[in-house]
Amino acid sequence: MLGLNKKDFSLFVFVTIFMALAPIIFNLFPTDSALGFFNGGYPDMMQRFAIFAIFAIGFNILFGLTGYLSFGHAAFLGVGSYAAVWMFKLLGYNIIPAIVLSIIVSGLFSVLIGWISLRRSGIYFSILTLAFAEMSFRLAYSVLTPLTNGETGLQVYNDDPQIMAGANSPDAPHLFGIKMNSASTINVGPWDFTFPVGYYVCAILMLISFYLSIRIFRSPFGLMLRAIKSNQTRMAYTGLNPRPYTLAAFVISGMYAGLAGGLLAAMDPLAGAERMQWTASGEVVIMTILGGAGTLFGPVLGAGTIKYLENVFSKMNEGLLHSWFSFLPDWLEAPVVWLISAFTGEGWHLTLGALFMVVIIFLPGGLVEGFQRIWKSTRRKTSGDDDANAKVTPAE
Amino acid sequence: MDAIFLQTLNGLDKGSAYALIALGLTLIFGTLGVVNFAHGALFMIGAFCAVTMQRLLNLSFVTIDETQKDFLGNPLKVETPYVESWFGPDMGAAIINWSVPLAIFLAIPVMLIVGFVMERGLIKHFYKRPHADQILVTFGLAIVLQELVKANYGANPIPTPAPAAFSGSIDIGAALGFDPNVIIYPAWRMAYFVFSIIIIGAVFSFLQFTTFGMVVRAGMSDRETVGLLGININRRFTIMFAIAAVVAGLAGVMYAPINSPDYHMGMNFLVLSFVVVVVGGMGSLPGAVLAGFLLGVLESLASMNEVKNILPGIDQIIIYLVAIIVLLTRPRGLLGKKGVMED
Repeated sequence: MLGLNKKDFSLFVFVTIFMALAPIIFNLFPTDSALGFFNGGYPDMMQRFAIFAIFAIGFNILFGLTGYLSFGHAAFLGVGSYAAVWMFKLLGYNIIPAIVLSIIVSGLFSVLIGWISLRRSGIYFSILTLAFAEMSFRLAYSVLTPLTNGETGLQVYNDDPQIMAGANSPDAPHLFGIKMNSASTINVGPWDFTFPVGYYVCAILMLISFYLSIRIFRSPFGLMLRAIKSNQTRMAYTGLNPRPYTLAAFVISGMYAGLAGGLLAAMDPLAGAERMQWTASGEVVIMTILGGAGTLFGPVLGAGTIKYLENVFSKMNEGLLHSWFSFLPDWLEAPVVWLISAFTGEGWHLTLGALFMVVIIFLPGGLVEGFQRIWKSTRRKTSGDDDANAKVTPAE
Repeated sequence: MDAIFLQTLNGLDKGSAYALIALGLTLIFGTLGVVNFAHGALFMIGAFCAVTMQRLLNLSFVTIDETQKDFLGNPLKVETPYVESWFGPDMGAAIINWSVPLAIFLAIPVMLIVGFVMERGLIKHFYKRPHADQILVTFGLAIVLQELVKANYGANPIPTPAPAAFSGSIDIGAALGFDPNVIIYPAWRMAYFVFSIIIIGAVFSFLQFTTFGMVVRAGMSDRETVGLLGININRRFTIMFAIAAVVAGLAGVMYAPINSPDYHMGMNFLVLSFVVVVVGGMGSLPGAVLAGFLLGVLESLASMNEVKNILPGIDQIIIYLVAIIVLLTRPRGLLGKKGVMED
């Protein structure tokens, strides 16, 4: 179906259902109950999840397939955001031209950077991309201020031309009149489910990106990229030039990042240079690897896990922890709260770093590999002779 | 001419920091073959050793002075640092004043332990893994270390003043025959430069003139043969890792008065230090030092108004630009050996 084999198709259907029902899945607990705290179904959080899933899926096409570790992908995200906000300023708040232009601009930008960076591989490639991203970040802050509005961040002002904006079109990003930040809420008993427009726009684009990435993974082109990862020299000896393939992968992943940047701008029409900083590039690296680099579902899983945990952990403040652990005796409560509060609230990045290290050390294949291992060990208990078939390596 | 000379001097202190961090990075890469993204965090920990030392020395006990009254008429509470009561007021005040240089004695054992634990506990398991994994795990470690520091010391920069003797400036120009009062240079930056030269000299002579250093150099060029000769090369490489951590830590301690330490300073220096290492040539110790000073001075020269008028914004990107040009035209860096990580 849709040009996918049965397994991929069922994965795609699963992801589609998940994305469609995400407002319900993330809001598993009744709103006012004690566990309602663990709900993540806010429009903002879900939209970021979908956007970063696109970013990570694109990054995975480069890193997961070719093994080239780029530490500068946030530059494309930032360029995409700037392009989108410029479209808002010049043409009006409709998101279609903004997203199209952000993909085109970041694609062109990645052709330039990729053409230079891909002359080297390994750690040199990482450092070259890092250098380019830092250069873009610093230029956006200093010389390119007319284009980027420097530290204030690029935003839409009242005296901007907006030539395509009609008399009664909304003054916020919209899709043919439907505002991105509008949402409808449905109450089912004690549950409140919010269905935001912005999220569904992002989710549809994310599903299209996901479908494209499955097609790339299964295409002869994807096979070439995997050949580059496993042995570039041997590939060159068979008469194939690896450079065009890696460049194509780089540009594709740059365009994905541009799309994500455009959507970030569509969510909130403000673009700042800090989106291009190398810590932002580090975030997408963490997401992809946490989920499972080189697997189809990994980046989506990684983006979802990180965005959800970030949301929940940042909310836990000390007062809340005290109320949770109030059942403990006093002498025990204080140290327990102290210990946990180091990892929550402000300390969320500590949890993230520690989690990332644990994954790298024990699960190089990411969470997807973890689930596969669990799956295998449960299967082994039921049928012991399936070992030869069970040795499915992740799509890597 | 004066301006060029002054900017060269200005670049030296930043260049010294780059050179020291890059030297440590290269030591680790040359011995263990590991790309250490947590090296900036080690620099940051060193700077926070200075903060800790300052706080330790300022620990005070409170006495109630009955002879003096505050404005409400209550007896005045006087805080006396312990050091002042132990060594007398003058000596104690002097010790507190010199807390940053004294922090070196705290930083050396701390960094040795941190380096040793890091190598034995984590990096050891990553020798056989691909470079990408090494980068990623040390990147994770860097995040963890910097968040730990943030949890303990807060997110704001903490001022750590240099000793009063170094707080002024030196008129170097007058000493070298220029007009007086043209080339004035802060004394602490001069001290930092001299200090880094001493550390660099110490590391090089340690490698060059001791038996231990000889074995390490032999191990760097052919690890297997040295192992076959019955020398426990792994233990020596572990010690070299700890020494590299100490070098980064000392660079951080002495840098604290120049730039008030905050938890994020390591990351900013790390990116630049990697660029420095690559420009100097992966695995080449003299290359790292040379490139460190070179890029520091270049950055400072590029921020002159004359240059900025011709090429706006060049001061922000000169280092990266140089790195890109070097990487594309001379793959092994300025002084890199042929065939070391050249692909």
